[in-house]
Amino acid sequence: MKLNLLEAFYNPFSVPILAKGERLSAKYFPLGDNAIVVEFGDAISLEINSKVIALSEAISRAKIHGVEELVPTYRSLLIRYNPSAITYKQLSLRIKKIEKELHCINAKAKGKKVIIPVVYGGEYGPDLTYVAQYHNISEEQVITLHSKTEYRVYMIGFVAGFPYMGEVPDEIATPRLEKPRLKVPVGSVGIAEKQTGIYPCEAPGGWRIIGRTPLKLFDPQEQPPALLNPGDTVKFKPISENAFKIILNSTLKGINLIFPEGETANESF
Amino acid sequence: MKVFNVLKPGLFTTIQDMGRYGYLKYGVPISGAMDTFSLVTANLLVGNNPNDACIEITLTGPELQALARTQIAITGGEISPKVNGRYVPMWQTLEVREGDIISFGKMESGCRAYLAVRGGINTPITLGSRSTYVRGGFGGINGRQLKAGDLIECFSSPLMEYTYSLPKELIPKFTSPFEAHVILGPQKSMFTKQGINTFFSSQYRVTVESDRMGYRLEGPKIEHKEKGEIVSDALLPGAIQVPKDGQPIIVMRDAQTTGGYPKIAAVITPDVSLLGQARPNDVIIFSEISISQAREKFMKFQKLLISLGKFLRKSSAVKS
Repeated sequence: MKLNLLEAFYNPFSVPILAKGERLSAKYFPLGDNAIVVEFGDAISLEINSKVIALSEAISRAKIHGVEELVPTYRSLLIRYNPSAITYKQLSLRIKKIEKELHCINAKAKGKKVIIPVVYGGEYGPDLTYVAQYHNISEEQVITLHSKTEYRVYMIGFVAGFPYMGEVPDEIATPRLEKPRLKVPVGSVGIAEKQTGIYPCEAPGGWRIIGRTPLKLFDPQEQPPALLNPGDTVKFKPISENAFKIILNSTLKGINLIFPEGETANESF
Repeated sequence: MKVFNVLKPGLFTTIQDMGRYGYLKYGVPISGAMDTFSLVTANLLVGNNPNDACIEITLTGPELQALARTQIAITGGEISPKVNGRYVPMWQTLEVREGDIISFGKMESGCRAYLAVRGGINTPITLGSRSTYVRGGFGGINGRQLKAGDLIECFSSPLMEYTYSLPKELIPKFTSPFEAHVILGPQKSMFTKQGINTFFSSQYRVTVESDRMGYRLEGPKIEHKEKGEIVSDALLPGAIQVPKDGQPIIVMRDAQTTGGYPKIAAVITPDVSLLGQARPNDVIIFSEISISQAREKFMKFQKLLISLGKFLRKSSAVKS
């Protein structure tokens, strides 16, 4: 995937994450002998996730000797470190200091924005009808509501490159399948309550599948291997089955089509 | 150069090195050898770098035909290796010649054995590692377990003049019960006092639903205060998740990188390597240690791995 073609621009979700004097009020826990978990809450919220990503970026900038890897998630930041190089206590103190320095900064997450083309319904989105019936609205309304919303990528997990995104409008938020499917096809776009996500590879899964994207979300031969990062913004663009096939073929050739804002796949084809 | 022809693949045989680091935030697990100690030892016995790629064998070994004269070493669980039908020792350098058949008996103890070859196995590097991650379909040979007909390549390297062995007193015992030292975890407060007592005072059995992703254990129910779920956050190998049913799951090297169950504790690094040898029906006992005690054990383990080469016993020159 050609991430260098992506234009990183201002994330519309960026909010001043800390008012002056406000504390991040994070909790610190060990995870085994080589990781610290800095927890900002236990909820899916823009505010909590913004703090997680701001701290992750600040620690990354600080280049602390002994810190080996940072894993931002919905509500906490995992810091994997080498215990031979730094102790839990030393590292916690360093991070608490960095956390304090975040105070007066109007830290803004600088994620990129990606438009993801999706063909909704039919064989590509077997649960679109269910979601519409569940909410007593039309399938077109589901598509409109799902594609007009801008989503934040809260974290990558489950399988390599799977983005957990939110928040889905209440009008289409739908519980998971009672019995997960054994195989969800690659590129499937699903809803689970107020989250939406994309399957980067074929995997078992219980999300309600409403469509499919031809974009390749994960490629271990690329650097970085995942199209999306925590903090990015995603918007879905409805496309025709024909456009899906054209883009899919170009994806297979290793060309990913990333649409600048305002341009749609439908217009391109 | 081509070094082995896979005649039979064995139960679940993959290429592994020390693992793939730095990609957790993209959802890519660390992978790598389940038993780091045995991987490193196998490599050192054939004069490789500790991180070189080896063949990881699970319970039932493969049958391999050597395609060149080379040196190998087999470490890990006791698996009665044979060359041309004759038993050969583990934990020491062995020489094989073109056409030799390497096979394995029943694994008597432990769960995984490692076969290192002089020069190290050469498969493409994906995201900084040769480790096979089957679920993601990359690393090793086409991202999958070995199958009959695979030709395994290694880097060519002149034979060593001497052979080496690991002194008996340093060979680990992989017998049940396994004691795992843990540090209480990020969600310990979601468990009752009784629940935490149960966790530390009970024996937990490894179930058949256990693989490189994780071990589902079975034993007395660990009691939550209320919820058995959290908003998902990051996992590392060794993390112990407890879903609502109270039965712990130990996260291992191929596990998903995030999880939604409360983590009562996490196993320390040297013991994650040890648990790589636990098999279904083996028993695990958990004991609590402090962060500073854990650090001492971590450094001792790391020092052992770094200095292991010095402990190897040098034997007679190879006769040609």
